[in-house]
Parts: sequence; C-alpha cells; structure tokens
Amino acid sequence: MNYQLILPEILLALCASFLLGIGVSKKGNRAPVIRNVAIALLVIYALVGPVLGGRSGPAANGMLMIDAYAHYLKFFLGLSGAAALLLSKSYLKTEKLDHFEFSVLLLYAVLGMGVMVSANNMLALYIGIELQSLALYVMAAFNRDSLRASEAGLKYFVLGAISSGLLLYGITLVYGFTGSVDFDGIAAAVASNGYSSGVIAGMVFILCGLAFKISAAPFHMWTPDVYEGSPAPVTAFFASAPKLAAIALMARVIIGPFDGIMDQWQSVIIVLALLSMFVGAVGALMQTNIKRLMAYSSIANMGYALVPLASGGEEGVRGMLIFMTIYIISITGIFACILQMRNRDGVVEQISDLSGLSRTNRGMAFSLTALMFSLMGIPPLLGFFGKLFAFWHAASVGLVWLVVAALIASVIGAFYYLRIVKIMWMDEGGREFIAPPASLAWTSTVSVAMVFLTIIPFIAIPARGWVEQASTSLF
Amino acid sequence: MFDDVPILSIITFIPLIVALFLIFITHISGEDALEQLEKNAPRVALIVTTVVFILSLLLVLNFDPSTADYQFTETFTWIGGGIEYRMGVDGISMLFVVLTAFLTLLCIFASQSSIKSRMIEYMVAFLILETFMIGVFCALDLILFYLFFEAVLIPMFIIIGVWGGKNRVYASYKFFLYTLLGSVLMLAAVLWIYGYAAQEFDRPTTNIETLSNELDLPVGAQTWLWLAFFASFAVKMPMWPVHTWLPDAHVEAPTAGSVILAGILLKLGGYGFLRFSVPMFPDASVSLAPLIFWMSIIAIIYTSLVAYRQKDIKKLIAYSSVAHMGFVTMGIFVVNMQGIQGAIFQMLSHGLISAALFFCVGVIYDRMHTRDIAFYGGLVKAMPVYAFFMMLFTMANVGLPGTSGFIGEILTMIGAFQYNSWIAAGAATGMILSAVYALHLYRAVIFGEQSNDKLDNIEDMKRHEIAVLASLAVMVIVLGVYPSLITDITAVSVENLINRFNVATGQE
Repeated sequence: MNYQLILPEILLALCASFLLGIGVSKKGNRAPVIRNVAIALLVIYALVGPVLGGRSGPAANGMLMIDAYAHYLKFFLGLSGAAALLLSKSYLKTEKLDHFEFSVLLLYAVLGMGVMVSANNMLALYIGIELQSLALYVMAAFNRDSLRASEAGLKYFVLGAISSGLLLYGITLVYGFTGSVDFDGIAAAVASNGYSSGVIAGMVFILCGLAFKISAAPFHMWTPDVYEGSPAPVTAFFASAPKLAAIALMARVIIGPFDGIMDQWQSVIIVLALLSMFVGAVGALMQTNIKRLMAYSSIANMGYALVPLASGGEEGVRGMLIFMTIYIISITGIFACILQMRNRDGVVEQISDLSGLSRTNRGMAFSLTALMFSLMGIPPLLGFFGKLFAFWHAASVGLVWLVVAALIASVIGAFYYLRIVKIMWMDEGGREFIAPPASLAWTSTVSVAMVFLTIIPFIAIPARGWVEQASTSLF
Repeated sequence: MFDDVPILSIITFIPLIVALFLIFITHISGEDALEQLEKNAPRVALIVTTVVFILSLLLVLNFDPSTADYQFTETFTWIGGGIEYRMGVDGISMLFVVLTAFLTLLCIFASQSSIKSRMIEYMVAFLILETFMIGVFCALDLILFYLFFEAVLIPMFIIIGVWGGKNRVYASYKFFLYTLLGSVLMLAAVLWIYGYAAQEFDRPTTNIETLSNELDLPVGAQTWLWLAFFASFAVKMPMWPVHTWLPDAHVEAPTAGSVILAGILLKLGGYGFLRFSVPMFPDASVSLAPLIFWMSIIAIIYTSLVAYRQKDIKKLIAYSSVAHMGFVTMGIFVVNMQGIQGAIFQMLSHGLISAALFFCVGVIYDRMHTRDIAFYGGLVKAMPVYAFFMMLFTMANVGLPGTSGFIGEILTMIGAFQYNSWIAAGAATGMILSAVYALHLYRAVIFGEQSNDKLDNIEDMKRHEIAVLASLAVMVIVLGVYPSLITDITAVSVENLINRFNVATGQE
C-alpha cells in the first residue's frame, strides 16, 4: 500500500468531514469561515501535486494511478473549485443561501473528481463518479425553497441514477467477459483473447454513462434544465470542473482498458462529438435565458473536446487537455460576469437584461465581449488556440471531415455568442446592474481570465510542456 | 537602420498596446476623467497612427527592391510544434502595410468630427483593427496569418454594429458570419497542410516560405486545398456570387468603416491569393483558373450593371468595388508579369480611390444624413470644391488615363490578353460599364437641377475634409502618371513568384 501518493485525497476527505462536523455542532453562521478554509484547502490540493515534484505511481492497491495526468487535472479541478467558492460568496449572501454545507459539498465533489481522474480500476471509477455526483445532486437543489432548483436537483438525480445504472451494467459486462475490473487487467485480456461482442457492449454502456456526465448529446437532456434551475454559483461550478473530470476519465477509459479496440470506440466518440456540437449549436440559437444558453454552449464545447479524443493517441489527449483547460478558464470568467447580473429587483438571468451594458458597465462589457469571442474561437483570443490544438491532430489522421463539421458547427455557434455581444453593444435600455460588495473576487477572476485570453496567446501557450508531460504519462 | 529592432512587430503592435492602455484607463477613471478622455482619445489615436505611418514610410525607404527575399524578418519561438512567430515583408506586402497605415490615419483624422458617440471605444476599435490589418500583411507563418486574418472580424463587427446606420445589426451579423464561414474552411485546410508537412519534412512547420518553396503537394489534394483557401479569400474579396455581404456592410458601416472595408479588407483576399493559392497550389491554380476567370468576368459585367441600378450612393460604390476586384482576380490568375503587377497596382489604387469615394459620400452624408441618390442634385452650385474632388475620383474610378485607376486596369487587361483575348474582351466591357454607372452617379448628384430645398444651405467642404481628400487626390494622380513608384518595388518579388510558378507547373 502506498498511502503517500493519495495523502492529498485522504486529507481532503478528513478536512471536509471535519468542517462538516464543525458546521453542524457550532452555533451561529459558520459559513464564511468554512468557506475560507475550504478555498485554502482546494488551493493546497491543487498545488500539492505539482509542487511536490509530481511523484507518481499506483496507489491504493492499484485502484488509483497517480501520474502527471492526474496531477495536471487535479491542479485545474482544485483551482476551479476554489474559484467557484470565491465567486459564490456575494451571490449566496444576498440570496440568503449562505449555508456552510455549500463549501463542504463542493469539497466532496472535488474529492470525487480527484478519484475520477486518477482511477485505474472500474470500481474506483464508479466510486469517484458517485461521490462527485451525489454532492452535485444536492448542490443543484441547494436553494430548496425554490421550485425550479428542487426540480433541477430531482431531474439531475433521476437521470444521473439511470446513467450510473448504465455504467454499472457496462462494468459488469466487461468484468464478465474479461474477468477483471482493473484497467490493466482488462487491457491485457483484450490484447490476448481478442475482444468479444460482450466487451464491446460493455464498453458502449460505460461510454454512454460517461457521456451523460459530460452532457454529450444524445445524453444531454438534463443539462439545460439543471443549469437553469440551479443557483448561479452552482451552475458556474457544474459548467467547469465536473466536465473536465468526466472527460478526463473518459480519456483514461478509452486509452487504458480499451486501447486495443480503438476502431470500436472511435465511432462511438465520433457520433457523440458530431451530435453534441450540432445539438449544442442549434439548441442555443433560440434561448433567452443566459444559463440555458451556456448549457447548450457547454454541450457544443464537449462536442469539440471529443474531436481530439476521437483521433486517439497521445496527440489527441493533449489536444483535449489544452482545449478543456482553456474552456474552463473562459467559462469561469463568463460565470463570474453572469453572477454580477443583478439589478434593483434581484437576480436577473435573461440575455436581454444585458442590453446597453457597454454604457452602464464598461469593464464587464469589455470582458464579456472578449470572453464571448474567445468561446467563439476567434483569434487572437485564447479560445482559438483551444480549437486549433483540439483539431489539428484529427485533421492529420484522416478525420478532416469531422474537423470541417466541427468548424461549421462553430460558425453556427458564433451566431448566439454574437447575439450577446450585440445586446451589450448595440441595444439600449437595460437597467444598470448593482455592483455587489465583494467585487474583489470578480475583478481578480475576470482579470486572470482576461490576461489568459488576450495576452498569453502572443507570448506562448504556457501549459504546453506540462500538458505534454501529462498526456505522455497516460501511455 | 532597422537591423537590430523588430520594426515590423513595433509597427504592428503599437496601436494594440495603446488600445489596451486606453481600455485600462477607462476602467480606472471616474466620471470627470472619462469626459476628458472622450475628448483626448481621438488625439491619442491620431498621434499613434501618425507614428505608425511615419514608421511605415521609413520602412519603405529602407526597403531593398532588388531582392525577392523577405526583409526585416524576425523570428521568435511562439507556441511550439513548428509554429513560430515570424514576420517579414517582401515587395508584394510592403506597400499594403503603407496603405493600411495611411488609410487608418485618414480614418482617424476624418472621424474626429463625424463620430458623435462613444469616442473612446471607437478609437480603441480602430487601433485594434490597424494592428490586425498590418499583421496580416507582415505574417510569415500560416497560423499567425490566419490569426490576424480572422481577428479583423472582431473590431469590424463592433464598428459596423455600434456606429453604423439603421440596419447595422443585420449588416454586422451578415458580414461576420459570411466571412467566418469562409475562413473556417481555410482553417481546416491549414490544419491538413500542417499534418502533411509534418510527414513530408519530418518536422511540423507552418513557415509560409518553406511551405510555398519546398512543399510539393499532390495534385488531387491541391484542388481541395485550393478550394478551401478560395472559399475564404473569395468571400473576403468578395467575388461574385459570394459578394452579397459587401453592399449591406458598406451601406450600414460608418464612413471610416466603409473606407477600411473597401480600402484594406477587400485586399486581404487578393493578397491571400498571391501569397498562398498561387505559390502553394500551382497545379490547382492552373486547372481552376477558368473558374476564376468566369467568376471575374461575371463579377465585372454583372455587378457593374447592378451598380447602375442602385438608389443608394454607398451601395453603388460597393458594387463598383466588386467589379474592380474582378480585375484583380483575373490579373492574379493569368500569372504573368503584367497581370500580377496590374493586380497589385489595382488593389493599391482601388484602396485609395474607393476610400476617397467613401469619404466623399461621408461628406454629404454628415450634412444631410441620407445617401439617397434622388435626394441630391445640382450640388455643383453650392459645393464647387466638393464637385471638383468628386469629379476627380469618379474619373479615377472609371479608369481615366492619368489616374491610378487606369494603370491597374490596363495592366491586368494586357496580362489577360496574353493569356486569352476573350477574357480581356469581357473585362474591357466592364470598363465601359464602369463609366456608365460612375458618370450616372456624378450627373445625378452633382449636376442637374437642384430640386431639393433642403440642399439650399448645404456647406462646402471644411478644411479638414479637403485635407483628407486632397492627400488622396495627390496619391491618385502621382501614381497615375508615375506608376513605377509601385511597380519598381513589387517587380522583383512578382518575377520571383512567376518563375517559381512556371517551374512548378512545368511551363519553363
């Protein structure tokens, strides 16, 4: 047993439980303190892997594989969790939702994601997913007095349970036909005995279960409702870290146990990618609620992220990692802006509420404009490089048609991002947003996002060397 | 003089840095300071663009026209994987940099009085636009080129959409999505080339020089790649039948927006053909040239006829731009000395003439707020100076000898004549038709009875308007009587391009 490698996870679990205990037993509102501790914990969790030299190896009897890939992902998972907490502060306060459970649940969710991205065994995979999902179900319904939030939580739970069922069914099939739940064991069995239809069926079920988690079409139905119904900080979190964790896990699954049957999963991934990018692009066209719009946008973006995975190989994983990293940075910036949408009557979520923003709040209008163009993938913003890295490998392994399809979907998608820009710059008469007290969190998050979006592209893509390390470690 | 300085990067990025600085300042300043900034932003922009223009002139003076090599090159590591930050100019791109700097300067200068709202954002948008446009002409890396090429859409979308006319939102969407759709096909081709070059050379590269000189693409692939690049450049150019975004964009854009659109952005397409399609896909350029010729001739004749029927002055000029770009595409794809020299000349001269015409429209639009041809008439009495300039530029647009318009058209037609006399004949009818619509416009607006009472008190041009048009007029005439100013600089590079093309296609 090698406990050192999973020490961060153990500590995170202990601290989360400890904070839960404190929150329950102490009188008075402990939420602010617990949130600050949780933020600190997440930042430490993010940094501990890379800072301590990124030691790697199998852990927990081979259930987990702590490698550069896991370190890379945990870094971004931890930071995006911390950012979500930081941004949630003023929203939860003004909406009178400032309960300590929010921070604790988020810690558990990040813990689950940490397990997911380092899973080396079907059971670890399942445990990670469930730990994450159960925390997220509760977070979706966090505003329990709101009908829509409860509905969102319930919907998410029911559909999530179905997807877990699919996943388990797939795992049992694979176990039945290969005799192993260990990734290496499955890979060895597939390599020596060849594959049977049972393994393929199992793999397809597992991929479907995972597709549900990344909200890839046709398993995307829950996304718009959950995004819309959940409180905005929860949506902000949903859109970033869980997506990254789930798609990273998907990469692990197809590269690890099922590496030998690439021609089989490739077609599944291609179908998922194609459907997602077009469902996302077309579905978003008529949305009026900005959270629903972001839901469809995330569906489309998952479609793009699947393109490099479909092309397979180290280059493919690298492309996916770069794309997803850039995506979560942009999405955090966007939600930082969405969380600012509050006028005298309270929180507003309609896109039309942004009208005239370029007059009433220049800073936010400039930032949101850059973020939208970045999501569109227009150079010189960082989003363009995300797509570039995501697509170029696919183009050189004979999937040019898929790349062309993705690019055309992104042109359709450009339409609705443009609509937001248009409403901010070309429409008049929106009511001014009230600047919330804790604008430090907003300013810092958005400025970090802006620096990444605008200046970094001209200097270099910073994480490149690191990403290379991470994607190599998977092979 | 510029041996140790990354002069091209400096020219390219000064406007962007100032623009970002302006954005930053607006964020931290209060209400009073903002008011002050609204007044000062145009001055800042004017200083910056003047500096850029002077630097670009110095660049030309230091440019060595006797070599076809790229000059003032700079190479920095950029995003890795063979993709470098590489800038440089040769005879083909050199003058476009100057043209961009010159027109942006004029636009900023002319906008001081005609733009009434959101001065800071307007100046920021133009400065950012200048960076991207100069970047396109200096980029020597495929990805870097694409970056600038597509980035132009962002500021242009904002310029048309915020400061445009009544139907501005529709026009800005149409402009953006149309050109984006074209460019993404090119991006797919770029990605394919990247993968192919990585295999051919055993190392990935997107260096434009290496790709066009050393990469030997199979003929079958060339056709597809050529078409993908064509989709992007044809929309930008714009060529018939994908020109329909242009009239809308021109009509709705503010004057300076139209000037940049007609003066520079349309040239990006032609520049792309010269820089990529001809040298990188020579076989496809030969086999698909008839397609270009047909489209060019149709563009020249059809859009000239359409132009004649327009009721809106800007729309008329927009269609005439499409027709003039037809000469450019024709000249490029005959691939001989006169044709390509003429195409480059025509692009530069059209940049000046169409810019001038749009400034002319801006002058009366600022006074009367309409571009309806029927509204005007008999302006010559109230505005004699205006009538003079309008006459000059109308004649230049028609291609009257002595103006720069003549040189471009005659050169491209000589080039086309060597290739196929029917093509040249088709294009020649376009010259006649251009006289028809241009003189029709001039007669309707400047001459005739002044039937509209509202025109009684119209003022003649102010001093700063005269300054803008006079500077353009000088350029148009000088280039018309002394075309070697341009052709001497471009000659060696063009010759080199043609030689390589002939070797590649086996015509030598």
